[in-house]
Amino acid sequence: MQIKNVTRSEKLHKLALTIFSAILVICVAIGLMISVSFLPVRDAELIEIVSTQLPASGVSHPVTAVLLNFRGYDTLLEMAVLLLALIGTWSLAPLDVQADDTRHSPGEMLDSLTRLLTPIIVLVAGYLLWAGAHAPGGAFQAGALLASLGVMIQLTGWKLPIELTGIYLRFIHVCGLVVFLLVAASGWFNSAPFFSLPPDLAGILILLIETFAMLSIGLTLATLFLLGRPHSTP
Amino acid sequence: MTIAILYASTGIGLFSLGLYALIVLTHLLRKLLAINVMSCGVFLVLAGLAAHTPNAIVDPIPHAMVITGIVVAIAATALGLSILLRIHALTGRVHLPGVDEQFDD
Repeated sequence: MQIKNVTRSEKLHKLALTIFSAILVICVAIGLMISVSFLPVRDAELIEIVSTQLPASGVSHPVTAVLLNFRGYDTLLEMAVLLLALIGTWSLAPLDVQADDTRHSPGEMLDSLTRLLTPIIVLVAGYLLWAGAHAPGGAFQAGALLASLGVMIQLTGWKLPIELTGIYLRFIHVCGLVVFLLVAASGWFNSAPFFSLPPDLAGILILLIETFAMLSIGLTLATLFLLGRPHSTP
Repeated sequence: MTIAILYASTGIGLFSLGLYALIVLTHLLRKLLAINVMSCGVFLVLAGLAAHTPNAIVDPIPHAMVITGIVVAIAATALGLSILLRIHALTGRVHLPGVDEQFDD
């Protein structure tokens, strides 16, 4: 009887907590809704600045121009965040590819599908990278596509030879950040500030940054997936 | 109510759902998923309010911020998952200490 009472009071306690947090969250939601719906229509000052400076940015798509030229510092730090996440993941779960002993043949169907999809995905990633200059696309979309390719390859049982997983892999991991930093610092040679791409070279420089960023992002995300899985069955 | 406000309100709804789940659910993986739902809501608010301008010209700066945010969210999720795996490997638990697992959802 005593135990039953305790359980019931604990259940009531939990129910009260749930209802209290629900009311709290509803209040937050209503407050946010009110503040958003009474938000004044912004003046188009920033859009004007972007559209007037767009010819000097080297690309014709405004999002890419903002991402890699006008606010390139954000993107640089973002590459660093990706690298930090990889370092954090590795320090928590050390690279131990060999421990995964679930070796099974992917089967003929899956195998041929992977062989068919791999070049197509690489091609589409390259197109997305190129299209980023004038249409939606760019390094992040292409990198995500490459990462999905990496995940697919891992899931179907393909593995990199162990001698390739050392220094070369780490080189590709950091090349995006390093190339970005070098390009950003190259302005110093012309006694220009950090992150000032010369307008006549900006298009090529952005493509250079994006190519290496795509490789880094794709490989980093795929590696994050590899180490985000348990090595042995719990 | 314009389309921009409608998108932003949907984003706020997603954010609130995620916030509620983050508070109430005790399983760490569910908490991580709740954080992801919250970040999706934030991205929807940003992308929606990008068109909240005169003549509904889309502002590219929030869109660029959303792209940055998505990648950071993926990286944070991966780090959170590996921390979760580590906690599970060390303690055998998937809840924070002090949580009564008896009343798990």
